[in-house]
Amino acid sequence: MEAKKKFNAQNLWSGILLGIGFVSFIDEVVFHQLLRWHHFYDRSTTAAGIVSDGLFHAFSWFATAGAFFLFADLRRRQAFERTRWLSGFLLGAGGFQLYDGIVQHKIMRIHQIRYDVNLLPYDITWNFIAAALLITGIYMIRKRPANEGKACR
Amino acid sequence: MPMNIFLAVHSASLIEISWTILFCAVIAAYVLAVFRSNRTYKPWPMRRTLCWIAGMACALAAVVGPIAQRGHEDFVYHMVGHLLLGMLAPLLLVLAAPMTLVFRTLPVKQARTLASLLRKSRYVRFVSHPITASFLNIGGLWLLYRTPLFHLMHAHDMLYCIVHIHVFMAGYLFAASMIYIDPTPHRYRFLHRAVVFLFALAGHGILSKLIYASPPAGVDPVQAKTGAMLMYYGGDLIDFVIILILFYGWYQHKRPSVSALRASSQSQQS
Repeated sequence: MEAKKKFNAQNLWSGILLGIGFVSFIDEVVFHQLLRWHHFYDRSTTAAGIVSDGLFHAFSWFATAGAFFLFADLRRRQAFERTRWLSGFLLGAGGFQLYDGIVQHKIMRIHQIRYDVNLLPYDITWNFIAAALLITGIYMIRKRPANEGKACR
Repeated sequence: MPMNIFLAVHSASLIEISWTILFCAVIAAYVLAVFRSNRTYKPWPMRRTLCWIAGMACALAAVVGPIAQRGHEDFVYHMVGHLLLGMLAPLLLVLAAPMTLVFRTLPVKQARTLASLLRKSRYVRFVSHPITASFLNIGGLWLLYRTPLFHLMHAHDMLYCIVHIHVFMAGYLFAASMIYIDPTPHRYRFLHRAVVFLFALAGHGILSKLIYASPPAGVDPVQAKTGAMLMYYGGDLIDFVIILILFYGWYQHKRPSVSALRASSQSQQS
């Protein structure tokens, strides 16, 4: 039972970490590189913003690599639980996007979603999607309590 | 007229020739050691020899030739050189496992003496600690780009030399303190190294953004922006390889025993 519990946490964490890594990957590729909406640096950025961005940017690399290795470890132990992993993924993705949208964009002003447009609809969409992901993740994890049932496979 | 900090005449020939000879000698020493130790032990993997040659070539390209020369006037080339010398070359050299080769090549008795010297040395213990290595590496870069050192370095050849040797050696120390390819006398837990690495990588990213926002004195702002982004993303790329190797070490270390695997598959069937 103790071992079972340990893998519950590992399933959740593998999902959360990949969620964070996935959102920062999308952020980087789509919003920074392809659309070029986000700016590398914005003159109104606070010092805290640069530090927060540096830490989260570095962490997203760790999160992505760590998530894959945790996943591989679960698979070789046959302890992978899809629902639990997915709820972790949604929690990580939604949580990080909400942090990015509220704290990093609005409070620390590292950059805005887009420039020379009315930002309000962008900000609302961004944070609404984040909240929806987060709430779905919380719902999924509550529907399936940690100590209930066996592995999916 | 604004003072041009890059006026320092690049006294090419002599320094460049000495660097080239030195690097070739180090490559030759490695290859000789491979041949010598292959007579006694099983063949040394070819990829390690290739890593060593590639690593030395990267370091050499940063101090000799077109990249190094243009790096004196152009910050973007300076940054290419920095990535080669301080990040890519050290990673490749660590992957070449030079200490393992030294231990294989030395006679057993001397190898033992060397191992015990390394193990007992408080200096080695201190500088190879992940936190010390991170400060030497990333802290050194903060000094270089956030103080007048960058300006001074281009005015004094000697200082230029010392800074570049430091960047190279600190880069090696840093990579070696994070991924254990060679026998490592003072080892630290995976989580310990991962957390230190996270902060070091963040420090590198933050410094890149600061260079972008306010370039070192005398550097052209347009070049500074390109150079800073190169530092940010290039650093990410090389550090991601280190992260993968770091996690792969964890993955191998956590390998479940055969009996544990059997037990888990039985419990699933029941």
